[in-house]
Amino acid sequence: MTLPNGFEIVVGLEVHTELRTASKMFCGCANAFGAEPNTNICPVCLGLPGSLPVLNERAVDLAMAIGIALHSTIAPSTFHRKNYFYPDMPKDFQISQYDLPINVGGYLDLPDGSRVSIERAHLEEDTGKSTHLGGTGRLQGADRSLVDYNRSGVPLVEIVSGPDIRSSAQARVYAQELRGILIATGASDGRMEEGSMRIDANVSVRQAAATFGTRCEIKNLNSLRSLQRAIDYEALRQVELIESGGTVRQETRHWDEILGETSTMRVKEDADDYRYFREPDLVDLAPDQSWQDHVRAALPPMPAERRQKLAARLTDPTKAQLDAVEVVIDLGLEPLVNAAVDAGADITLAISRAANELAAGIAAIGNLSAEAFTETVLMEQRGELSATQAKTVLGELLTGGGSPRGIAGALGFEQLSSSSLGETVETLIAQFPDEWSRYRDGDEKLAQFFIGQVMKATKGQANGKSVVDELRARR
Amino acid sequence: MKTAVQIASDVRSGASSATEELRTSLEAIRARNEELHVFLYVDEEGAEAAATRVDALVAKGDDPGALAGVPLAVKDNMCQRGIPTTCASKILEGWRPPYSATVVDRLVAAGALLVGKTNLDEFAMGSSTENSAFGPTRNPLDPSRVPGGSSGGSAAAVAADMTPLAIGSDTGGSIRQPAALCGLVGVKPTYGLVSRYGLIAFASSLDQIGPFAKTVTDAATLLEVIAGHDPMDSTSLPEPSPSLVAHVNDGVAGKRVGLVRELIDGADQEVIDAVGRALEALRDAGAVTTELSIPELRLGLSAYYLIAPAEASSNLARYDGVRYGLRVDAEDVTAMNEATRTAGFGAEVKRRIMLGTYALSAGYYDAYYGQALKVRTQMIDAFARAYGQVDLLLGATTPSVAFAFGAKTSNPLSMYLSDVFTIPTNLAGEAAISVPFGTGEAGLPIGVQLLGPGRSEAQLFSAARVLERADGRP
Amino acid sequence: MSSPLRREEVAYVAKLARLSLSEDELDLFTEQLGQVLEHASDMKSLDLDNVVATAHPFGLVNVVREDEVRPSLDRDEVLAMAPDARDGRFAVPRIMGEAP
Repeated sequence: MTLPNGFEIVVGLEVHTELRTASKMFCGCANAFGAEPNTNICPVCLGLPGSLPVLNERAVDLAMAIGIALHSTIAPSTFHRKNYFYPDMPKDFQISQYDLPINVGGYLDLPDGSRVSIERAHLEEDTGKSTHLGGTGRLQGADRSLVDYNRSGVPLVEIVSGPDIRSSAQARVYAQELRGILIATGASDGRMEEGSMRIDANVSVRQAAATFGTRCEIKNLNSLRSLQRAIDYEALRQVELIESGGTVRQETRHWDEILGETSTMRVKEDADDYRYFREPDLVDLAPDQSWQDHVRAALPPMPAERRQKLAARLTDPTKAQLDAVEVVIDLGLEPLVNAAVDAGADITLAISRAANELAAGIAAIGNLSAEAFTETVLMEQRGELSATQAKTVLGELLTGGGSPRGIAGALGFEQLSSSSLGETVETLIAQFPDEWSRYRDGDEKLAQFFIGQVMKATKGQANGKSVVDELRARR
Repeated sequence: MKTAVQIASDVRSGASSATEELRTSLEAIRARNEELHVFLYVDEEGAEAAATRVDALVAKGDDPGALAGVPLAVKDNMCQRGIPTTCASKILEGWRPPYSATVVDRLVAAGALLVGKTNLDEFAMGSSTENSAFGPTRNPLDPSRVPGGSSGGSAAAVAADMTPLAIGSDTGGSIRQPAALCGLVGVKPTYGLVSRYGLIAFASSLDQIGPFAKTVTDAATLLEVIAGHDPMDSTSLPEPSPSLVAHVNDGVAGKRVGLVRELIDGADQEVIDAVGRALEALRDAGAVTTELSIPELRLGLSAYYLIAPAEASSNLARYDGVRYGLRVDAEDVTAMNEATRTAGFGAEVKRRIMLGTYALSAGYYDAYYGQALKVRTQMIDAFARAYGQVDLLLGATTPSVAFAFGAKTSNPLSMYLSDVFTIPTNLAGEAAISVPFGTGEAGLPIGVQLLGPGRSEAQLFSAARVLERADGRP
Repeated sequence: MSSPLRREEVAYVAKLARLSLSEDELDLFTEQLGQVLEHASDMKSLDLDNVVATAHPFGLVNVVREDEVRPSLDRDEVLAMAPDARDGRFAVPRIMGEAP
């Protein structure tokens, strides 16, 4: 979306991710989604009088892994208290990092070649969750609120980008790429819908490049689609406000997915006076070189590197192929593709089946073995299965497992024998003499016509390549 | 009354039983608790069960622990599972924690009989126990006077012979000052020596749990039991409990002791004289004595009265009526928070929360809290320089003997000034012991204070023992 | 009486700390807190630009625990001490406004 009158969007994103640790940030309670309310709590994460925090080593490992993946500097850091009252905060302060975060600086390169700077990525603890009784179930109009502290104390890393993003589409790509990195490091499962990854967008607009307009923070973005829509809406709102003579007020706004608009959240009088001071119950964090090296060595390849490696197996890849490669990496399917290619499968075919058919059934990808995928692709390649049949087989493998040959047999995907195919071709030649003479005279395009007709006649059971062989043999 | 060491020895040998020792203690409590208001809660049932356990272990020939059968009082700002823990505040009235402090667990494992929870200034904020929401504690030596604070109840329990041992907490002097006013040995250990897990926080970077006892050896015995690394406390020193009892009688021959001018300036003359005599006693025992000045100590009061309230304002935010304790209901949760905290906190607590919140608030952090943290560094450096010249420092514990009720309550600042000699040690995170030495006005006890660098408890105990002997308590 | 604190500041701080003070208390606290801050002014004027605040007195660093699950508290025991609990959750009067 382009803004009118030379206005430009400026966006910075703050992404919070829950870390995939077994236990919470400062205590041994289980870090698990979906448990019965208030069953994973203890004196520490409930903030009972007398309790004290002790830092989870794995949370530090994962925070460092994120920093390394984002090319940050891992710095000596401290923890600070962010003081404010809210019922989902058991201590009425949050242990976070303030002016000395563990990861400083860094950048994220997007697939289109643009680079977004990272200001910092730091550790903090999550809050509990409140639900609201009465009224609409949303905050306004609720009689009583109920609080569940299972999530309180879950480790978080907050990643703050620089204000480098210039469109909602770029924001979406940034979020996607970051999500891929967080999953690849093992730090996160990236499930926005479950709240394990949350995004807030800081949006402002400007006309002159050297300045920055007043920004608004947009919260409640529950999907990448919301992220994109909300940024576009907010940018336009600000432009219209400015053009009509108003000024943008610095505030936090709530995105309403149903109404498709942002609105002011209730402004609190004592907002932002968090009285940060160093957390006296924790000591400083200064991971030494050997700890950092250990984390670095254990880091698997990031999505960008994996994309490069897979793309390098293609000769002169088209944009469509590179897009397919992106999908394959994004969904973690390249081990399957590489296995098939290593066994002799055609890479374009393997990538295509993965990016399309496997992507469609990605929820059940655990049912599909590398061997089964490889075999299916090879069968199609050899002409033992038509494209349609191969897609069906993959679908079946995803839903119920089994073997490609077994499924093909059960579904009656018999290999059309050379003779029956030949008969079919000859019947069609007789049926379409004009098309046949044009083909014989060299019009290759008509091969497609005959393939189509053969498919119709055989209900999709023929293999395109075999049809072409039969046509050529009779030319 | 028997010393704790004697009781444990008797119980272990069979000369006495835990049950008998408990009976003696409970009788003493019954005799004077109403008059003195020492205990907020007496746990007869729990203590009896503990005594039965100890006696059974002895009968079987198993080790019942270093404090077997010793009755012990716990300041009511430490969690003991299932027992009311109030911090002497209405906001926690009736609250029973679902867990115990590490020190409580260690005491129980050592065979101690935890007889009850003692009175304190609300949330440990005060120097006289007059700030308790449930009424003050009286000094057993003169009930018209205060026992000191904030651990007034724990001091009174031992001074009144209700228990030979008690534990308290010391943030700016809250063990040492009541120890001095009640004629007891009181120790503020090195920061991190004793676990704070389960100690309800006042000022996290200053709080430490420590012992009250009538004798130096008893205090050392108790400290050995509770000290040592705790994985539940990130600020806990890494090493295990040090050997202290074995060094109590090491003496001070060749030790360099410095009397610090700033640790007697402003004290009553009788207190200054007592400190002078203590210095002589140490010299007579072979110490090399000197006098020195550490001007940086003068800033301690100001730094403390910004750092401690700042941390406290944050530590006490959790008392919001949501999860436990008092709730005063209201239309919305913010109003509920306010109504609850306004009704639940006493004036001194509110004062310190306000002071601390102000010192941390936007625009004032650098001038107040931030500056105080730097003063703290200066104090640590100053102590380090002093310990380059001497091994131990000597001074008064408090400016005067026990004062009358109401003497300092009209002006909070005057109460704060009584902490001037004890505060520097907390700011530096180092160790100090108050030991009775002589008497003053109306025969009331005077306490003198020995200070040492971090981890110097063994030295402090041996020097304190010398003074104990010199004061006529062999 | 000239306090380094203004009455409105004290009122603001009280709100931050979720305390409601009466008019008299507001006056009293303004005076008393003012006195403490006056007393602390001996610190304010010091030039401590080159002094570093102390973190932990004995330089402890990197204290961590292994990522192991330990038993949690029994929910009933915890909710039994709550002023108001429903459906396994802590109940509070309505929350006005979203979390910061």
